[in-house]
Amino acid sequence: MLRAIYDWVDERLDITPIWRDVADHEVPEHVNPAHHFSAFIYCFGGLTFFVVVIQILSGMFLALYYVPDIVNAHASVNYLQNELAMGAIVRGMHHWGASVAIVMLFLHTLRVFFTGSYKHPREFNWVIGILIFAVMVGLGFTGYLLPWDNKAYFATKVGVEIAAAVPWIGPYIAAFLQGGDIVGAVTLERFFALHVFFLPALLFILLAVHFILIRRQGISGPL
Amino acid sequence: MSKKVSRRKFLTYMLGGTAGFLGAGLLFPMVRFAVDPVLKKGGKVEFVDVNLPVSEITETPRAVEFKIFRKDGWYQSEDGETMTAWVMKDPRQELGIVAFSPICKHLGCTVDWESNPQFKNEFFCPCHFGRYTKDGINVPGTPPTAPLDKYELQVKDGRLLIGPIAQA
Ligand code: HEM
Ligand code: FES
Repeated sequence: MLRAIYDWVDERLDITPIWRDVADHEVPEHVNPAHHFSAFIYCFGGLTFFVVVIQILSGMFLALYYVPDIVNAHASVNYLQNELAMGAIVRGMHHWGASVAIVMLFLHTLRVFFTGSYKHPREFNWVIGILIFAVMVGLGFTGYLLPWDNKAYFATKVGVEIAAAVPWIGPYIAAFLQGGDIVGAVTLERFFALHVFFLPALLFILLAVHFILIRRQGISGPL
Repeated sequence: MSKKVSRRKFLTYMLGGTAGFLGAGLLFPMVRFAVDPVLKKGGKVEFVDVNLPVSEITETPRAVEFKIFRKDGWYQSEDGETMTAWVMKDPRQELGIVAFSPICKHLGCTVDWESNPQFKNEFFCPCHFGRYTKDGINVPGTPPTAPLDKYELQVKDGRLLIGPIAQA
């Protein structure tokens, strides 16, 4: 049945070469943990991606119930966590996943650094990776405000004041982030929009470039 | 084993099985979370004193407003929600009174008594010209397919109390 559907589509669209091109690639011995166990360090990139997929899925589901409004945000988080089946699990996935994603990203970066994989011709992908890091930190910073509890409020206040300490343009950055003079209603709404629309969109573009470059350039050689 | 499973098939099955297990473990909580409103039962509706002495109820339908208090997700209005019942005398009912819900049985708009001058002595729904007789019976040939719902009623100390929609 599945086979028949696949064949029907394939006959018309010729999709086999597309997925073969994505899936069939050489995994050299020095990155295969079955050959050298220490090669598990090469898994961190894939693990980061896996956690990002979890973040995107759990974030989409949280957005079914969450409202970015100073009166209702905290009440909606309380409701989705305590009054809905598995709410604590879905929020927990997103909450802990946010930290695990950063940890995995960091381990991946360390691997790239210590294997010298950032060297020519892969220096461009290092730059892309640093941009991904910035976007991920941005997702963590904007997401942290959303539950609108004391921790969220003061963390954002501190973050905004750090940004305000930048010479010359600091106050402008702070006003842009806050959307006004205080961390308040407008801040919550724009952090929400950044968190669920702008930054994920940027992240997808950067990840696509990252992966295309990896396929073009192949994995770096052994030490 | 009569049919031999090749090494490649075996590995494919193991890989597919593991991926399926991981995927299901991830997706199950999220899907269960999303469909929770479908599986939840509605809250219980209390009887409300609508501040109307039974002696004031006449043959003519009268719109009685009353408040109910219920939670809408995380939101609960402090002033409650205003509901309406069309109340009138009806000797065929147990208490001699009937109270119709104003919610049209076609697609949920709000009916009003004699609001269309063309249709005297009828409930009228402006959305698609739904009509009901004074007894709440839908007029054949108009969109509604069932009579108006009735509220459950109680009388206490000569005053009217309105409860949930009566189940037929
Ligand atoms: C990929 C990286 C992402 C990271 C690192 C991240 C990080 C965070 C963090 C730290 C929080 C605060 C949660 C808490 O303290 O419980 C949060 C909340 C939230 N995120 Fe994300 N997020 C990501 C992606 C997404 C995406 C793609 C969406 C939606 C499309 C999303 C939707 C939400 C929503 C609705 C909340 C508020 C609910 C809550 O506070 O539990 N997130 N995020
Ligand atoms: S909703 Fe009342 S007639 Fe259609």
